[in-house]
Amino acid sequence: MQTSVASPAGAPAAPQPPPGRKRRSSGGIGGRSTWFLLLPSLLPVVLFSVYPLLNGIWLGFTDAKAGFDVQYRFNGLENYRQLFQDNLFWQSFKIGLIWAFSVTILQFLLALGLALLLNAGLRLQWLVRPLALVPWAMPSVIVAILWKLIYAPDGGILNAALQGLNITDRNINWLGDFSMALPAVIVVGVWAGMPQTTIALLAGLQNVSADLHEAAALDGAGAWTRFRTVTWPAIRPVVVAITSLDFVWNFNSFGLVYVLTEGGPGGRTMLPMLFAYNAAFQSGNFGYASALGNAMVVVVLAIMGVYLWRQMRQSQ
Amino acid sequence: MSIVSEQLSTGKQAGRTPAAPRRRNWLRLWGRFGQYVALVGYIVFLGFPLLWLLSTAFKSPQELAKLTPTLFPVDWTTENFRIAFEQTQLPQALLNSLIVAASTAVVTTVIAMPAAYALARLRSVVRTVSVGWILVSQIFPFILIVIPVFVLLNNLGLLNTLTGLVVVYVVWALPFTLWMLMGYVSAIPKELEEAAAMDGASKLNILARVVFPLLLPGIVATGMFAFISAWNEFFFALVIITDPAKETAPLLLARYVGAEGSVNLGPLAATALLTTLPSLLIFSIAQRKLVAGIMSGSVKG
Repeated sequence: MQTSVASPAGAPAAPQPPPGRKRRSSGGIGGRSTWFLLLPSLLPVVLFSVYPLLNGIWLGFTDAKAGFDVQYRFNGLENYRQLFQDNLFWQSFKIGLIWAFSVTILQFLLALGLALLLNAGLRLQWLVRPLALVPWAMPSVIVAILWKLIYAPDGGILNAALQGLNITDRNINWLGDFSMALPAVIVVGVWAGMPQTTIALLAGLQNVSADLHEAAALDGAGAWTRFRTVTWPAIRPVVVAITSLDFVWNFNSFGLVYVLTEGGPGGRTMLPMLFAYNAAFQSGNFGYASALGNAMVVVVLAIMGVYLWRQMRQSQ
Repeated sequence: MSIVSEQLSTGKQAGRTPAAPRRRNWLRLWGRFGQYVALVGYIVFLGFPLLWLLSTAFKSPQELAKLTPTLFPVDWTTENFRIAFEQTQLPQALLNSLIVAASTAVVTTVIAMPAAYALARLRSVVRTVSVGWILVSQIFPFILIVIPVFVLLNNLGLLNTLTGLVVVYVVWALPFTLWMLMGYVSAIPKELEEAAAMDGASKLNILARVVFPLLLPGIVATGMFAFISAWNEFFFALVIITDPAKETAPLLLARYVGAEGSVNLGPLAATALLTTLPSLLIFSIAQRKLVAGIMSGSVKG
């Protein structure tokens, strides 16, 4: 025991092996104690994350149903044939894409504006910085409730404010109206996701060379020119990374809209995850719901692939 | 480089007419003004929903029934909190949430610590695979994972138990916990460990006496992160817990919204406020550390 625990001490203490020997260091005795250190984390992850994921992908090709000891069998592409004929599926994915694109783009633009302001050395930072982070620390259920209070059709502050400003004279049922519900939840999505995006962009802005900025300003470059030629190229990798992540998170989002509208009215805010949840835990169609999940992965991968490929080509 | 030379050359051409500086000062002043207007806009957008929650939580039922609401309560009342505590299962739900979040935080950090150390110190294929998994796992929607987890927990007899929820949350928080801890480990100079090893300290001793104390702030921050993510989680809880006595606070709230909460806005707001307090509190304490930790993990990872 003593030796096996003590052995990794030799590894870091010994003179650094040349980088080319990386692979061997993971195979020797040092490798074995590495596994020993990794095991407590690795075991649960494999059992409750990797295995379920693989199993979930597989279930998408079966006719699995909810229930105790239900036998299920491989049914090939049958689920996907059904999906293609399911109008609700197409509607849900259309809504999901509208939601994910709108939220991601608005989130990015607003967060970029905020990050630039925070980086500009204005006063009021003590107030803005915590406010910009608070939505991140809140449960999505609470965020949904916050906005339900604002959107409340009777006695909600939004209707009262709009009526006070004479913009409208009727009580709008924001979350219950066929045409208003999706825009209304998109606003909430933007609010909830702004912190991560702002923090990431702010970190990116800190990498922008102040010297370059100063030089450009001395040369009479306007704010826009400086942003385009100095700031943007420097933060671009962060922008690509955070917008990709935001898109994936938004497309896979669940709790916020579930509490706000449960997908209603009339399925107008039925994001793919809500649709899949209903298929699995309301209708008990585990196979069909997993097939939906697989379809979501394909859509996300396709969109991300195009996006990242275009970004790579542009930066070359 | 090309940007610099380009700007240098345009600078020469621009020349300095006497009117230019004054015009630029005016522009700058207007620019600052515009920036402050935008900043106030952000403050309202980000802060108003929070203010409204506070205000609603302290309004009386009569005041909430009014069709023209006021920004602040006319008479402040704690009635909503009393109703929230007496008429709902809020105390039980808060206790459940606390048990689950605290257990998750402890278990996650304890099992992540050795792994984070190994991953950060011993560069190997394992590290690449782990970091790859953290990124790849983001792409898959929860629905793919939750059904097999549901079946698995059912087979283990852990469905509808807080233990089952903790197991899922630990696994769920692990990737990011590892990510953060790896950043903290990388920040500890290797030379310190090497020096201790030269002095003849055993590896265990080095870990306990040198690495652990230096890592402690990072461990606390990571634990807080795990706590918040478990406290806030909703989807897995919705699937795993069906017994009202075992509900976590977000579950209780979601159910309440669907039921009487849409009528009783006051108690709903009060419950929401109480539920969000712990994470806000932790967050305000650890804000700097959390943000720095997440960033360092992503920069050095």
